[in-house]
Amino acid sequence: MSEQSFIQAGHRHRRGHFLESVASGFIQAMDHERDAEAIAAGRGFLQRLDPRFKLAALLALIISVVLATTLAALAALFLLAVALALASHVTLGRLLKQVWIGVLLFTGVIALPSIVLVPGDPVYEIPLLHWTVTLQGLRSAAFLVGRAETAATFALLLILTTPWPHVLKALRAIRVPVVAVAVLGMTYRYIFVLMQTALNMFEARRARLVGKMTTAERRRIISGSAGALLGKAVALSNEVYLAMLSRGYHGEVYLLDDFRSGPRDWAVLAMAFAVPGIILWAQR
Amino acid sequence: MSEAAFELSGVSYAYQTVSALDSLGLSIRTGERVALLGANGSGKSTLLRLMDALYFCDRGTVKAFGEPLTEKGMQDEAVNLAFRRRVGFVFQNPDVQLFNPTVFDELAFGPLQLGWDKDRIRARVNETLAAFGITHLKDRAPHRLSGGEKKRVALASVLILDPEVLLLDEPTTALDPESQSAMIQFLVECRNTGRTVVTATHDLDIVDVIADRALVLAQGAVVAEGTPSEILRDADLLRRTHLTHSHWHRHGDGEAHAHHHLHR
Repeated sequence: MSEQSFIQAGHRHRRGHFLESVASGFIQAMDHERDAEAIAAGRGFLQRLDPRFKLAALLALIISVVLATTLAALAALFLLAVALALASHVTLGRLLKQVWIGVLLFTGVIALPSIVLVPGDPVYEIPLLHWTVTLQGLRSAAFLVGRAETAATFALLLILTTPWPHVLKALRAIRVPVVAVAVLGMTYRYIFVLMQTALNMFEARRARLVGKMTTAERRRIISGSAGALLGKAVALSNEVYLAMLSRGYHGEVYLLDDFRSGPRDWAVLAMAFAVPGIILWAQR
Repeated sequence: MSEAAFELSGVSYAYQTVSALDSLGLSIRTGERVALLGANGSGKSTLLRLMDALYFCDRGTVKAFGEPLTEKGMQDEAVNLAFRRRVGFVFQNPDVQLFNPTVFDELAFGPLQLGWDKDRIRARVNETLAAFGITHLKDRAPHRLSGGEKKRVALASVLILDPEVLLLDEPTTALDPESQSAMIQFLVECRNTGRTVVTATHDLDIVDVIADRALVLAQGAVVAEGTPSEILRDADLLRRTHLTHSHWHRHGDGEAHAHHHLHR
């Protein structure tokens, strides 16, 4: 049994064990990244597009979501997002877990009051509270949730179907400042080093632990570990800076990109750019 | 006698109040392979960083290729780039050195900083990947590599500039036997390239194959120098500088006992 599956198995058998659940959280985060990498390496529809064109096309679709003022247009865009996901071998289960449930919970909380606060035609009265749900309120909540779900689905499709280094280079292609791109790249790079360090720290603690911890002890471990990790992160950043200096860094970051676009990329971009126009025309 | 690649005299350096180097002096000739030996905390890594102009000494002088290395001098972009072109540094922890999204980008980083033509960079990166047998890793993210692969990529990312001087900090630490052997093989082959190689290590097993001369550091100063075999024969020196340790073992049916010795 691998180290990873051992921890996961332990987590299943001893649900609620504090250190195991923290360690398991780190491993799940690393697993997510590995899965995303596998999807990005696939041969689906979006994976085969030039990342620069894909980024621009998906941005155009996200702008279309913002421009949509009818539920029908929003529903059409949502169906388009689902179709693109399926054509790119991204399963609905993954979208449900990684976007839809989370976004629904987050925006649902924000949107919920509007169903009774927005005045309009009554649809239903909540028993005991005697609050009236209105049609306009429901439409308003549906717009908020629908826009957030659809835009987040397009954004996740970009991340899932594009290797992270290509996302960074595509950002450069749309003139995002090179420093911002370099910072994003290094943040992503060192998240995994620090996550592995944190995992090792929790594993070392777990190996020396007998019995159950009180809440106060858990708090102490979390705060102590956060402090130690911050110290390690600062030391690591100093070392990385020295390593950059050593190889000629003098305040400017340069990147090399090797993208090749073809007719298919241009066609997809043209179609994606047409969508906001069609929506504006249809909503006249 | 060939010219000095590095000359240090009266060099002192302290991390706030903790002294790391104390009036250290040494000279390294062009094309020489030198091993810096010393226990943890003896000042080896600090010395390499001073030689790579990442740190600057509090007292004394550090000269590279006959010119003093000063903070002010290195602020001149042309001087800085010329020096970086000539001196490469492989850090002990490859994770600090691999800060790019992919292995390909990692190798391209140095040439891009030096302003090479992009087509030349692409060709040179592909050549270097092939020379190190890591072409299959070129699109991989550094955090997906094994320890041995990371070290090879770190070395390749420095050697792509073909520096005249190579500084290595504990190059064989934490490597599996196969990766360790490949690294030693590389250091042995450096003898024929004319490159100056300075290796900080406390692995005495490899000193006589990777170096022509050894310097022993203790408490921030050079306490001995000579050929590797001269240094390795001086058991008292090695014991005083904590480079050997007592080892418990048993001869036949006798009592278990400990004494200092080299693992050779």
